[in-house]
Amino acid sequence: MYRSHVLVCGGTGCTSSGSQQIMETLKAEIEKQGLTEEVSVVQTGCHGLCALGPIMIIYPDATFYSMVKVEDIPEIVAEHLLKGRVVTRLLYNETVTPAGNVKALIDTDFYKKQHRIALRNCGIINPEVIEEYIGTGGYEALGKVLTEMTPDDVIQCLLDSGLRGRGGGGFPTGLKWKLAKQNDADQKYVCCNADEGDPGAFMDRSVLEGDPHAVLEAMAIAGYAIGASQGYIYVRAEYPIAVQRLKIAIEQAREMELLGNNIFGSDFSFDIDLRLGAGAFVCGEETALMTSIEGNRGEPRPRPPFPAQKGLFGKPTILNNVETYANIPQIILHGPEWFASMGTEKSKGTKVFALGGKIHNTGLVEIPMGTTLREVIEEIGGGIPGGKKFKAAQTGGPSGGCIPAEHFDIPIDYDNLIAIGSMMGSGGLIVMDEDDCMVDIAKFFLEFTVEESCGKCTPCRVGTKRMLEILTKITKGQATMEDLDKLEELCYYIKENSLCGLGQTAPNPVLSTLRYFRDEYEAHIKEKRCPAGVCKALLSYRIDPDKCRGCTLCARNCPNNAISGTVRNPHVIDQDKCIKCGACMEKCKFGAIYKK
Amino acid sequence: MACKKEHVPFSGTPQQEAALKKVIAELKDTKGALMPIMQQAQEIYGYLPIEVQTMISDETGIPLEKIYGVSTFYSQFALQPKGKYQISVCLGTACYVKGSGAIFSKLEELLGITNGECTPDGRFSLDSCRCVGACGLAPVMMINDEVYGRLTPDDIPGILAKYQ
Repeated sequence: MYRSHVLVCGGTGCTSSGSQQIMETLKAEIEKQGLTEEVSVVQTGCHGLCALGPIMIIYPDATFYSMVKVEDIPEIVAEHLLKGRVVTRLLYNETVTPAGNVKALIDTDFYKKQHRIALRNCGIINPEVIEEYIGTGGYEALGKVLTEMTPDDVIQCLLDSGLRGRGGGGFPTGLKWKLAKQNDADQKYVCCNADEGDPGAFMDRSVLEGDPHAVLEAMAIAGYAIGASQGYIYVRAEYPIAVQRLKIAIEQAREMELLGNNIFGSDFSFDIDLRLGAGAFVCGEETALMTSIEGNRGEPRPRPPFPAQKGLFGKPTILNNVETYANIPQIILHGPEWFASMGTEKSKGTKVFALGGKIHNTGLVEIPMGTTLREVIEEIGGGIPGGKKFKAAQTGGPSGGCIPAEHFDIPIDYDNLIAIGSMMGSGGLIVMDEDDCMVDIAKFFLEFTVEESCGKCTPCRVGTKRMLEILTKITKGQATMEDLDKLEELCYYIKENSLCGLGQTAPNPVLSTLRYFRDEYEAHIKEKRCPAGVCKALLSYRIDPDKCRGCTLCARNCPNNAISGTVRNPHVIDQDKCIKCGACMEKCKFGAIYKK
Repeated sequence: MACKKEHVPFSGTPQQEAALKKVIAELKDTKGALMPIMQQAQEIYGYLPIEVQTMISDETGIPLEKIYGVSTFYSQFALQPKGKYQISVCLGTACYVKGSGAIFSKLEELLGITNGECTPDGRFSLDSCRCVGACGLAPVMMINDEVYGRLTPDDIPGILAKYQ
């Protein structure tokens, strides 16, 4: 028995901030102080508060230390673990009340509105030890399904729960399974989409790193429900830690006979294999993903036939994403009514969002559907740093759109987001402030789509390229209002005529910014001005003669010798020579240089 | 995406070839084996030159044009060798709004190469990538497996110096 457990986050965010060295130092220090028998060090998955990594939680009192450094370890061991005194200076400041008392993590702004279902074990159990998953009720749902429920019961349970696909489209999961069950075949497949390609979304990775068995268990349940004996997880090769933990988890589940032949003594057999992606965004599209597993170029194919009829290797197949699967064992255990009691009328349960961009608390949050954007950004996210003004929240990645401040109070769910021109997507939520140019952001996403378009259908391959060209013209101040009309027309054409989801949604970033920020587009075109001061071609750097002291620092730092002037006299920037690198503005100590 | 070193002659060793043949023998009969084979081949050789693709084709019976098609489709497969230190800068949305574009420009300026290229001495190669999932640390870059977060352009010379 250990008297204390030290949980160190081993998710990608904290690992990048050095949590591995912290683990090693901690173990060494504990040994040095003779506490090895009394204190156990546990590597966990992500806690969500990535901005404050590396994170360490010490139980039984759940003390939450943030931004821990290797140098802090001897103090933590000597003070906290040996003498029982909290190292106050390392506490997450939100857990300290004004009176100096420590409050529980779940009472902090970041955590109190969250409700963790998909992330329930992340940061709590050691993902590399199957017993810890079983200890929190793991594989109970699979046992229940195999011993007490028929496949139809399982599907009905999911239908009643109202669970919809968390990968972006929001298709009812139970219906997907029902369709696949109806098709008879000698072989069927269960696939897991872990090719989380939306830049800025990393919830699937956190689930795989923090609670991989939840996904394996749910896939086995799916196999039982539709009559499949083989599963594939298609995971991004860019997620090495997730791949490693999945391999360990599959191995352990096989050893415990939770995967393999005759699971729980029933006549149901199911096994899972991993397939690694190779860096193609389009492979997040279901038919492209299956084509890729088959060993081909990951190009989508037309539907029908739908995967439920003819999917992987031509057999009936279901494909769900990681977060969807992570919900399923909980729904089976607690019943569909429990799940359906959360959320809005048409979107049940919770959704995980990855908060990023210009926001204090970057990280992962799981909130009930129907929470407003205001609650997410201002309360959970802690608002925007530097006193800047909120401009837009981008959801849905390259397929989504930008939500302006006027929709701050709209309850977030699938249908509301689509109604305001964005979409849920996989749950990336990037906050932008007044310094971000909306035309530039639209161009950024189009660059992404152009690069990732697989080239199979013309509207997407050629159309997105033309869109990018027009956007580039706009950001350079060379476009006319006719170009803007052409851009809009192209958007609708591409939306209607592309083969797969990638092309059909590619114009969304442009359409939504045109809808809410048309004035910014027009400023670029009519006034040759970038209101946010981002588009370089439209900027000029100037020196305010009243503020310039003539220190010559700017002239000495200009890489192109564009600044002239004599000591103690105001300097001037030669606009023809200026390459707009901004070096002068960075160096000026008197704030005399401004962008226009 | 030309490497600045013009044409790099293929210099595979018999050990590498034996390792590749072993991988192929193990995986050959599984369904959809081509990508896993290519991924392991790239791990063995560091990249997938046409010589290696030909070997895969000879051993598996899969036509070379199909292998070439797959290798050019996925951004992870490299037909040219990478630098000893592979730098990838995240240009995902979260990093982009936090200024990873400026980080990338600074690297281009300091190394004298652009996206997909490697330096003439073979030391550094530079790539942009889409989201390594460390959005909490934005902007982020990776040098081989080492992650650097919360970067500013001024940090770059110091970091590169560690690899000189």
